[in-house]
Amino acid sequence: MILKPAIEDLKIIGFYLGKVMLGLALTMFVPIVTGLCFKEINPALDFMIGIEISVLLGLLLLKICHTDKDLNWMQGMIVVSLSWLAAMVLSAIPLYLSGHYSSFLDACFETMSGFTTTGLTLAQDLDHMSYAHNLWRHLGPFIGGQGIAIILLSLFIKGTAGAFKMYVGEGRDEKILPNVIHTARFIWIISIIYLIIGTLALGIVGICIGLKPINAFFHGACIFMAGFDTAGFSPQSQNIVYYHSLAFEILTIVIMIIGSLNFNFHYQVWAGNRKEAFKNIESKTFFISVMLTFLIVAIGLNQMGIYPQAIAFFRKGFFQLISGHTTTGYMTVYAQQFISEWGNLALVGLICAMALGGCICSTAGGIKMLRVGIIAKAFKEDVKRIIMPEKAIFVEKLHHIKEIFLDDRLARSALIITMSYIILYGIGALIGMFYGHPFLESLFESTSAAANVGLSCGITSATMPAALKITYIIQMWAGRLEFMSVFTILGFLYASIKGK
Amino acid sequence: MRNNLKLSWAMLFLILILSSQVAFSQGINSSELIKNAMQYDGKLVTYSGEAVGDVMSRGKFAWVNINDGDNAIGVWMSADFAREINFLGNYKSRGDKIEVIGVFHRACLEHGGDLDIHAQALRKLSNGRIVSQRLSIDKKNLTLILLGILMLIWILTSSRKK
Repeated sequence: MILKPAIEDLKIIGFYLGKVMLGLALTMFVPIVTGLCFKEINPALDFMIGIEISVLLGLLLLKICHTDKDLNWMQGMIVVSLSWLAAMVLSAIPLYLSGHYSSFLDACFETMSGFTTTGLTLAQDLDHMSYAHNLWRHLGPFIGGQGIAIILLSLFIKGTAGAFKMYVGEGRDEKILPNVIHTARFIWIISIIYLIIGTLALGIVGICIGLKPINAFFHGACIFMAGFDTAGFSPQSQNIVYYHSLAFEILTIVIMIIGSLNFNFHYQVWAGNRKEAFKNIESKTFFISVMLTFLIVAIGLNQMGIYPQAIAFFRKGFFQLISGHTTTGYMTVYAQQFISEWGNLALVGLICAMALGGCICSTAGGIKMLRVGIIAKAFKEDVKRIIMPEKAIFVEKLHHIKEIFLDDRLARSALIITMSYIILYGIGALIGMFYGHPFLESLFESTSAAANVGLSCGITSATMPAALKITYIIQMWAGRLEFMSVFTILGFLYASIKGK
Repeated sequence: MRNNLKLSWAMLFLILILSSQVAFSQGINSSELIKNAMQYDGKLVTYSGEAVGDVMSRGKFAWVNINDGDNAIGVWMSADFAREINFLGNYKSRGDKIEVIGVFHRACLEHGGDLDIHAQALRKLSNGRIVSQRLSIDKKNLTLILLGILMLIWILTSSRKK
C-alpha cells in the first residue's frame, strides 16, 4: 500500500526550501555590488527585485512550515529536487528583467543551464550585457557546481544528518571529511583558492593579449568560474573564439581538467598523497578515455582534412575534445562548424566523450569515470571467469582513494546509473528528431544537455520550440542530480495522488 | 610589341583571378560565412557589423570582433585600422558600425585554425555612441512595493512574537 505524504512531510520540506531561498537571496548581493561598482543602476535594481521576491517567499515558507525536525531520506531528496527548481525560477527573475531573454522560460533555461554547470545559452545580444548580469550567469555554475542545497544550507543548518541526505541527493556520495558540513566547506575553500589563482592567471594573460585590465580580470573571473565548474559560459557571444589566443586556450584546458577531477582527489594531492594521481582508477580511466575518444576525433577530422596544421588540430580538435570530455562546453569553433565541417566520425567521438564525462564528486556531468572504470573491471572479471577453470576464485580490486573489492552490488549500481544516462540521452535525441532535426545533431544536443556539457551544434537557440527547451531543462536537472532525487520527487507526486 | 603582349596577358590573368574572388565581395552576413565556410575560404569578402568588446592589440596588428547581429567574427587588421575605431559595443555603448573588405579564412593557417577575416580595407559606416542609462521607473516602483510588503511582514511577525 502506498502511503500519502503527511502534512508534517510537506512542512519539513517547505521549511528547508525556505532556507534555501534565503540563502539564494544572499548570493544575489554579489551582482548588486558589482552593478553599483560599474554604475549599472537598472541591473542592480533587477537583482534587488530578485532578492525581495526570494526573501518574501523564503520567509513565508519558514513562517508557515516552521519545524524543528531534521530531514529523513525522502524529505532530503525532495528538498534537493525542489531547491534546484526554486533556484532556477528565482535566479531567472533578474536575468529576465535584463531584457536579454525573449521569455521567462528562456531565462529559466539559462539559470538551470548555469546551476547544473551545463553552459547552453539562450541569451540574446550577449555582447551588450551588463557586468552585473554577466557575473550572475557565471556565479550560477560556481554555486551549482558545489551543490546548491548543501552549500546554501551549510550556512544555516545545525544538524549534519539532514545535510548528508541532501549531499547525497545532489549526486555526491563521497565524503572527503568525516562531517558533511566540513566537506562542503572544504569544497568551498578549495574552489575559492583556485578561483583567486585562476582569475589572476587568466587576467594576466588577458592583459597580455590586449584586453583592458578591468575586462581582463572580469573575464578571467568569469571564465575561471565557468571553466572550473565545467559550465562553459563566457561573457562574450563568441565564447573562447573571442580571445584569439593559444595561451588563453591552454590555460582554459588546464582549468577544465582541474575542474573535472574528484574533490576527494584534490584533497589527497593537497594532503601530499601525490601517488594517488597515478593509482586512482578514475584518473587512469580518464586518461585512457581521453586518448581513445581523441583518437576517434582525430581520425574523423583527418578524414575531413579540415585542420591541416598540428597547431590548428590542437586548438580545435583537442580543445573541443577536452571541453566535451570534462563536460565544460567551451568552444573554439562556431556551433554550425560541427555540422558543416567536422564529419560524422569526429562528431561521434565527441558525443562519446561528452557522454562519459568527468569524475565523480566533481562539478562535471555525464556517466563519470569511476562508473566507467568499475564497469570495465567487472567486464574484465567476467571474461576471466569464462577463460579460467570453473573452480578458480577471482578477487578483483580497484583503487579509489583506498583499495575497494569489486562486488556485484558495486557493479550493479554503476550499471543502473549508466543505463539511466543512456536512456536520458536517447529520450532527448528522440524528442529532437520529433522536431525535425537529424539523428546525429539531436543526439549531440541531447547528450550535451543531459551530461551537462554545453557544446551546441546549433539546435539550442531562442527560436527552438518551448517543448524542446523544457526537455533540455529536465535533462540538465536530472543529469546533474544523477536521477535519485528526481525519482524520489516523482514517487512523492505519485504517492500524493494515489496514496491512502 | 612583345612586351605589350606580355603585359596584356598579365593584365588578363590578374583580372580573371580578381573577378573570381571579387564575386563574393558583396556584403555577406556571418551566418552565411560560417555555414558555407569552405566555399568562401580564401576569398575576398565584404563584411559589416558593430565592433564589440575590446580592440586586442598584437604588435602592429589587432583583433577586433565584429558582430553583425547573428554572430561575431574576429577581424585581423593593422593597428592603423584599429585606431579608427572609437566606440566598442558593450552594456554602456553601441560600437562603431564598420565595414571591412578582407580575405576570409575558414581555418586560418596564421592563427591556429581560427575562422577569421584579414582586413585589407576598412570603412566606418556610422559612429557608435554612449547609451544613456536612465533609471527605470517601473523597476524602481516594483522595488519599493516589494520592500514595503517585506517590511509589513517583518512588522507583523515581530509584533506577534511580542
